[in-house]
Amino acid sequence: MPSSKFTEFINGAKATIPMIIGAIPFGIIFGTLAEPSGLSIWGAMAMSLFVYAGSSQFIAVGLLATGVGPVIIIATTFVVNLRHLLYATALVGKVSHLSQGWRALLAFGLTDESFAVVNSRYLGRSDTVYAHWFFLGSIVAMYSNWQLCTWLGIGLGELFPNMTNWGLDFAMSVTFLGIIIPYLRNKPMWLAVISAAAFAMVLQDLPNQLGLVIAALSGICIGYASQQIEVRIGLHKATSGVIKATSDVIKSTSANKGSQ
Amino acid sequence: MNETMMIAGMAFVTFGIRYVMFAMAGRIRFALWFKQALGYVPPVVLSAIIAPLILMPQGYIDLSLANPYFWAALVAAGVGFWRQHLLTTIVVGLVCFVLLKWTMM
Repeated sequence: MPSSKFTEFINGAKATIPMIIGAIPFGIIFGTLAEPSGLSIWGAMAMSLFVYAGSSQFIAVGLLATGVGPVIIIATTFVVNLRHLLYATALVGKVSHLSQGWRALLAFGLTDESFAVVNSRYLGRSDTVYAHWFFLGSIVAMYSNWQLCTWLGIGLGELFPNMTNWGLDFAMSVTFLGIIIPYLRNKPMWLAVISAAAFAMVLQDLPNQLGLVIAALSGICIGYASQQIEVRIGLHKATSGVIKATSDVIKSTSANKGSQ
Repeated sequence: MNETMMIAGMAFVTFGIRYVMFAMAGRIRFALWFKQALGYVPPVVLSAIIAPLILMPQGYIDLSLANPYFWAALVAAGVGFWRQHLLTTIVVGLVCFVLLKWTMM
C-alpha cells in the first residue's frame, strides 16, 4: 500500500533535518552579513524569500560589499546556480505527470539540500505515487527554516555587530564538503574537483568572482576531458599495465642487487 | 531601486534554471557530452566556493594549526569518507571547528 500524502510530507520534512542543521548557522550568518554589505533589511529578507539559493545569496552579499553592480551579481548567480539544471534533469522524469503549478512549486524549492534528500527518496523506494508530497515536505521544512534563520540573523546582526567574526561561515563550507564527498567515486571527478579548488585559490584575487567562474569552467573541462581519455584509451588498463611494469622493474632491480 | 532590480534578476535566473526542465517535462533533450559535462557542475562549483574559505581564510594559503577551518574540514572529510553520512559529517565538522576556535582564543 502506498504511503498517504500526509505521511510522505512528514517524511520529507524529517529527512531534511540534517540539512536544516547545516543551514541554521548558514542562514543566520547571511542575515548578519546583510547590513555590513550595504543590503537593506528588506533586501536581505526578500533575497531569502524570492531567490532562495544560499550560496549565491552569500556570494551576492560578498560582491555587494565590494561595490559590484547588479548585472555582474545576476550573471554570477546564473553561473553558480547552473548546477540546479542538473538536479532538474535528474528529477524531471519523476514530476512530468504533475500539473504545471506543482512543477513550478517544486522547481522553486530545488536546492542542493532538497535535491539530495528527494533524489535518494526516488532512488530508494519504488512506491512513488505521492512522492511529490515528500518533495514538498522537504521544501517547506527547508524554506521555513531559511526564512526564520535569515530573520534571526538580521536581528542578531543588529545586536552583535561583530558577529561576522565568529566564523559561523564554516557551516556553509562543511555542508558543501559533505555534499561533495559522495560524488568522489572515480578519477575524473577527483581531478575535476581538485583542479577547480586549485584554480579558485590561485585566481582568488581576480575581480567580480571571475576566479570562481573560471575555476568552475576549468574543473568541468578537465573532468570531462579526463573522462573521455579514460573511456577511449582505457586508463584502467594502462594504469594496471604501468603498475605491473613498475613492480617487474623493482623485482628485477632487487634481484640484481641480491646477485651482486 | 538598484537593490530591487538586482534581487528580481537573481530570483528570475535562479527560478529559470530550476524550472526550465520541469516546465518542458522531458521535451528538452541534451546531447550526451552536455549531460556528461553537467554531471561535474555541482561538486566543481561547490569545491571552487569552499576551497579558498577553508584553505586561505586570511587571504593566503594557511595549513598551520592557527587555521581552524582547515583542520575542522580535514576531520569532517575523514568522517565523511568513513561514515558516508551527511549529518555526522556536518555535526563533527562544526563541533571540531568550535572547539579549535575556542581553544585558540
